[in-house]
Amino acid sequence: MAKNKTDYAYAVARIRSKELKLLSASFLEQLLSASDCESCLKLLAERGWGNGSGETPEEMLSTEENRIWELVEDLVKDTSVFHVFLYKNDYHNLKAAIKELHHRNGFPGIYLEHGTLSPQVIRKAVSENRFSDLPEAMQAPAREAYTALLHTHDGQLCDVILDRAALEATYQAGKVSGNEFLALYGELTVAAADLKTAFRSCRTGKSREFLTRALVPCDTLKLPELTQAAMEGTEAIGKYLENTPYREAADELKRSPSAFEKWCDNLLIRKIRPQLHEPFGLGPLAAYILARENEIKSVRIILFGKRNQLSEESIRERVRETYV
Amino acid sequence: MEIMGNLGVLLALLGAVLAALVAGIGSAIGVGMSGEAAAGVVTEEPSLFSKVLVLQLLPGTQGIYGLLIGFVTLTQIGIMGGSSDISVIKGLLYLVACLPMAFVGYKSAIRQARASVASIGLVAKRPDQFGKAMIFPAMVETYAILALLISILAIFGINGLPV
Repeated sequence: MAKNKTDYAYAVARIRSKELKLLSASFLEQLLSASDCESCLKLLAERGWGNGSGETPEEMLSTEENRIWELVEDLVKDTSVFHVFLYKNDYHNLKAAIKELHHRNGFPGIYLEHGTLSPQVIRKAVSENRFSDLPEAMQAPAREAYTALLHTHDGQLCDVILDRAALEATYQAGKVSGNEFLALYGELTVAAADLKTAFRSCRTGKSREFLTRALVPCDTLKLPELTQAAMEGTEAIGKYLENTPYREAADELKRSPSAFEKWCDNLLIRKIRPQLHEPFGLGPLAAYILARENEIKSVRIILFGKRNQLSEESIRERVRETYV
Repeated sequence: MEIMGNLGVLLALLGAVLAALVAGIGSAIGVGMSGEAAAGVVTEEPSLFSKVLVLQLLPGTQGIYGLLIGFVTLTQIGIMGGSSDISVIKGLLYLVACLPMAFVGYKSAIRQARASVASIGLVAKRPDQFGKAMIFPAMVETYAILALLISILAIFGINGLPV
């Protein structure tokens, strides 16, 4: 997949124009200060979000998600290079299918549309207990999570198994892509997830076995040291982070738990910003996809926060940094 | 046609062909590359067509310089008319004189195209900065012009040499 450095000139130039339409931090502030969910929808519709037919927040967000992948299909002949971004949706759907089967009940809207496999394929494989219909990498974790849920009824154990498998798939896909940016995405996704898991486990007093099962190896973190630090306490995590590329996180950890979590959420978007100035390659395209996903997540937080009448401050705490 | 007897004109012709061919290939690659970027911008913002067109055309000048050197060389060695009886040494000198345009033309066209693509991205985001955006790829043109100058001076100088 490693292509010429001057490839994607057309796609990157189109993305440069598209970047002008990304939501800025000041627009998100405007949304935050809107009185209710309907006012937010109106502001978003003025920015071209949705199809302009007075849709619900769910419909608007789904329209925007579809637009990302429509654009990608338009720009790149072989969209498999972006599968690295879709594995998390596949494993989410796998989790949903296993839990749906366990509860023997259908739940509407629990499947995500954009994955490397259609949700129907995953659902059918799980419901017919034919895990061999799934891609090879998914078979073992699917079987393990299904058996664990069946025998222990422990939903968290099922989540841990599949979250770990999703992170491993993302990390591996990034590594084998031969693209520096996609490898960075895999690395940062795993590192941010490990840091959050270690911190949360520390606060909730999880066992060493749980951490060993949940943490996923990556290049920038030494798992035995992180596990040991998580067992000792948040101060030890901060101390460990001082010797990693994520030393900024140690300061956030001292400030507050939510500041640390927010730092982890923003890690990726900060590291991809240099792609705003790259004239060639897959990086700017991939960064745009991530930026769009990121702004959709922020808008989702605001819309549902407003709908549930959360305070402006508590919504603001959860909103992520913007790409532009 | 006896090859050894016409080796001089053959070498000189090789120089003319190289100047047009190599610089032309560089420009073709360059204009193609910046054309892709220009099309990308126009897809989203058709009103920027004229601005990105100028930036697309900048790497095309090396091909024109190569053509000019080739044409002047052909005139000097008598292929376009007159006597084409030139010595081997003179033929070799013409070949060497054409090389700056060939090589610098090729490389500068490609590097200029990369600068053009970056500038097209700049114009896509800030159309009001078109003037500044044009300067960056235009700076690369300096080196193509220097190569053109040295090739042309050398070609005209060779004619008067007693070899």
